[in-house]
Amino acid sequence: MTRSVLLQLIVSGLITGLIYALVSTGLTLIWGLMNLVNFAHGEYLMLAMFSAYWLSTLRHWDPLVSLPLTVVVVALLSCATYALLIRRLLTASVLAQVFATFGLMVFLQNGVQFLFGPSFRSIPNPWLEGRIRLFGTYIGQAQAVAGAGAFVTTAALYWFMRHTDLGRALDATSQDRGAAAAMGIDTNKMFLLAWAINGALLGVAGSLIASSYYVHPTVGQVFSLIAFVVVALGGFGSIEGAFIAGMLIGVFQTLCGFFLPSQIQLVPVYLLYIVIVLVRPQGLLGSR
Amino acid sequence: MRRDLVAFVAAAVGFGLILPLIFGLNVVVIDVMILVFVYASIASAWNLIGGYVGQFALSNAVFYGVGAYTSTIVSTRYGISPWLGMLLGGFAAAGVAVVIGYPCLRLGFHYFAIGTFVIGESVRLLFLSWDFIGGPLGLFIPVAPSGLSAFQFQEHLPYYYIALALMLVTVTTTYVITRSRLVFYMRAIKGDPEAAQSVGIDVASIRLRVFCLTAFLTALPGTFMAQYVLYIDPQSVLDTQISILASLLPILGGIGTVWGPVLGAVILIPLGEVTRVALGGSGRAADLVIFGGLIMVLALFRPSGLSGLPRDILGWLRRSVAEAT
Repeated sequence: MTRSVLLQLIVSGLITGLIYALVSTGLTLIWGLMNLVNFAHGEYLMLAMFSAYWLSTLRHWDPLVSLPLTVVVVALLSCATYALLIRRLLTASVLAQVFATFGLMVFLQNGVQFLFGPSFRSIPNPWLEGRIRLFGTYIGQAQAVAGAGAFVTTAALYWFMRHTDLGRALDATSQDRGAAAAMGIDTNKMFLLAWAINGALLGVAGSLIASSYYVHPTVGQVFSLIAFVVVALGGFGSIEGAFIAGMLIGVFQTLCGFFLPSQIQLVPVYLLYIVIVLVRPQGLLGSR
Repeated sequence: MRRDLVAFVAAAVGFGLILPLIFGLNVVVIDVMILVFVYASIASAWNLIGGYVGQFALSNAVFYGVGAYTSTIVSTRYGISPWLGMLLGGFAAAGVAVVIGYPCLRLGFHYFAIGTFVIGESVRLLFLSWDFIGGPLGLFIPVAPSGLSAFQFQEHLPYYYIALALMLVTVTTTYVITRSRLVFYMRAIKGDPEAAQSVGIDVASIRLRVFCLTAFLTALPGTFMAQYVLYIDPQSVLDTQISILASLLPILGGIGTVWGPVLGAVILIPLGEVTRVALGGSGRAADLVIFGGLIMVLALFRPSGLSGLPRDILGWLRRSVAEAT
């Protein structure tokens, strides 16, 4: 493997990693905040991709144009999920919570398959085609824009969590729910906010990747599994951890893809999960 | 207790024998009932590790697939009887369960569920690119003269009885376990693993042994389906959907009960077949839309599942009547 090939793999791995980081941020936020694992996490990314796809096919809006609309739609769906399903399960057993998000995953995935069929679709005539040169390597335009967009969005969320009152309140609730409530923070509102943020992040992510990934009902499941690995590596509940882990997993996957047949390039990534939770269950930056 | 078991097996066998006579030999009904028995077996097997020990396993398609692939390979390549292949498939699946369970069973609840989920998906992807077992093209089982020794029949009725027998094996195993000391250990582990450990229960060993039993019992219907369809590929025997159904059916019927998984299969599989036919054929997955929706509703209103619902409704009625008078 020459240096230029290695550089090419690392750059495209980092760009993929930026997207993985964005997709995983909401999962780790909700996990840390509510100690709830959302098995349907990736399904909201899938819904965002279908929103971008249909707005592109029917209204000829490029996914980058329809991004704000998709963000609003998915954020509202995510809020509705919280209000109708999750909020009622806060005091239920862990088993009931898992049943619910698991059932939601099956429902959304197959609901979309029922409506639109299982076929793989791609956005017709996206704005961003062709490749650009970056540090002596060639990167697909759509992917470069997606990576940049993912970076800006993740950075914006980080800024929000650290430098606004609302973000700090969210962080406080995540660290100690009881203490936060005692300080007058409405935990129920914080949970709703987290679900809204999660939906918005996945709306951005889905719009960004709709031009470079196939849109199909089970695309969310692939991203769910990757997000589980990223969150495990980064530390459950840690946004910074998810960012670093996303980049590492992106590069790891791209390197695996170079040596392995493409259909099994994700297997080492998936199995990495087992290694992480056994060897370092608190992840890179987690506290538990 | 023994009388219980005898009565139950007699009732199930009697019911199973009589059913084809009621509906006649309608092939559609027989086929749906075969699916019910197969999924009742898979669901009952999941119930042992998921319902009684409280480990939310999402890798059961692997065991089912290993059962189907083992018997198919030993019978088509080495001329070994599919019946012996079924047994070998069961042991192979139990071996795989040790490999999966040894690292994963020590993980916490969520981590185990996710861990088995990623392993199931990894195995599917590996089988898809493994040429020795046919890769994505799968394996055909050549048609042999109809007969018990070949495990191939012209008629569907023999398959019906074999599927019924397989379901009875798994349900009876569950029943026997619920009448043994083991079930107390299993429930203790489900309730609080650390407390169970502290009173001297070997948590790791019991979890692993039950996981192996689940794997063994899940592999048997895998072999059955291979002999019934005479074709297997990763899409049909390793699909994530099998792992999902293995847990959805007991959840719906009631986990940690002998009858819950069977009830779930009896209600959902025919419902799924009917909706599939009514709403645009397979590939549309209308059945899973309904299952997923039902599970959410159950999680909200009745996490214990449907079993015991008539009893609870009766009790509620009795109480209301008592209050009224």
